[in-house]
Amino acid sequence: MLDPTTPLQGVGDRLASPPLPVEIKGLVYETGGKRVIDEINATIESRRITAIMGPNGAGKSILLRLMHGLIAPTKGEILWAGRHADRPMAYRQAMVFHRPVLLRRSVAANVSHALGLRGIGRDKRAICVDDALRLAGLERQASMPARVLSGGEQQRLCLARALSLDPDVLFLDEPTSSLDPASTLAIERLLLDAQRRGIKVILVTHDVGQARRLAHDVMFLHHGRVIEHQDSQDFFDNPRSEGARAFLSGGLVL
Amino acid sequence: MTDFIDAFRTALGLIVTLDPDLVEILVLSIKVSLSAVVIASLLGFAIGGALAVYRFPGRGAVSAVLSALMGLPPVVAGLVVYLLLSNVGPLGVLQLLYTPTAMIIAQVVLVTPIIGALTRQACQDLLEEYDEQLRSLGASSSAIVATLLWDGRYRLITAVLAGFGRAIAEVGAVMIVGGNIDHVTRTMTTAIALETSKGNIALALALGIVLLTIALAVNASLIWVQRLANRLAYA
Repeated sequence: MLDPTTPLQGVGDRLASPPLPVEIKGLVYETGGKRVIDEINATIESRRITAIMGPNGAGKSILLRLMHGLIAPTKGEILWAGRHADRPMAYRQAMVFHRPVLLRRSVAANVSHALGLRGIGRDKRAICVDDALRLAGLERQASMPARVLSGGEQQRLCLARALSLDPDVLFLDEPTSSLDPASTLAIERLLLDAQRRGIKVILVTHDVGQARRLAHDVMFLHHGRVIEHQDSQDFFDNPRSEGARAFLSGGLVL
Repeated sequence: MTDFIDAFRTALGLIVTLDPDLVEILVLSIKVSLSAVVIASLLGFAIGGALAVYRFPGRGAVSAVLSALMGLPPVVAGLVVYLLLSNVGPLGVLQLLYTPTAMIIAQVVLVTPIIGALTRQACQDLLEEYDEQLRSLGASSSAIVATLLWDGRYRLITAVLAGFGRAIAEVGAVMIVGGNIDHVTRTMTTAIALETSKGNIALALALGIVLLTIALAVNASLIWVQRLANRLAYA
């Protein structure tokens, strides 16, 4: 199921398609007098999974937040299919954070709350909650307090909650960095499945193996700049930049 | 010493036989303080939740004043409400002075800052954790307030209990605006003050025992609520 060589096309039962390409133009983000994102220009065209990689402090998480609209850039802009992100566009996106953020409610109520925020009626919510929990294999935990779940289950619930919103674009910030292999596998399966249904997945990851398994293209960041952006096959086989070569060979990229 | 033992025995007798005077005072005290706490909770939740979420000029100052008012001396709260309700005051026409309603108003003034400030702190702590997630889900500010209030419910319960403990035990505010009128505005604390000065130690002692029991019950509930919240990982 996780064979990366299988060609995966955006088939499935979803009507909407992701607003592509994503054009990042002259993007700058400064905080506390430091330039964390330094003139990024990039275009994401692929409908498949895009991985953002790079050493710590490269600006990966910040770039993801800028794309999702959680923070505003100091300069530059991001266009989705030629449009600036507005509220309807924001509603077509969802994000899974590095550390699972779960409400102090039951597993089912966590999903239901998110659907409620998007204005989905109670009757439809119940069905969506069931579907989402079944997809994530959490149906038996539905009435448990969400915060007593294991780390892997918590992150699965976060992903199930994000997917229940039926987004066109899904952002993930190192979703599996503190999970064991089995939990990581479960998350990766859900991501491949989401991609197959036509959801554009943009994933920050440190895990080279994960990027190899999932990503169609890799954007490599270093010191707030995009050093390299190409198909994952080429990226892993023939990295063009010194930084990416060092990163992939397990060297310390400073 | 034997006087005290006698007084103590009489006090226990008053409690065990449910002495009508004692019960009347007890019921009025609880009615006034419960009413005040219900109103102060509604106000405090709204104020605390809004202060945690909405950004507006002077927000920090309002929060600081609210926190400072947690320590408002009951006599001062009583004095302010007295001035408002007295015949020459702006609300004098309502003729509320020396009624249970006046005592409720005074205790609302006393308790709202406590519940409001504790609510703001609880919501602010939660918001630090939830902010990006809720904004990612597209929550409006009012939806964020509602989410924080519900998710902070265990801490809000403890805030309400703290407010009730304060209201039921205070004497200054109800004394000033209620006047300690027999069968009308006499509460446990004002009765204790009066009966002690009259030398009627037994009734004062009986009321003191009841008051202490209530305080213990409130604190036991606080601990129980906190334990429950911890068990559910909701703290």
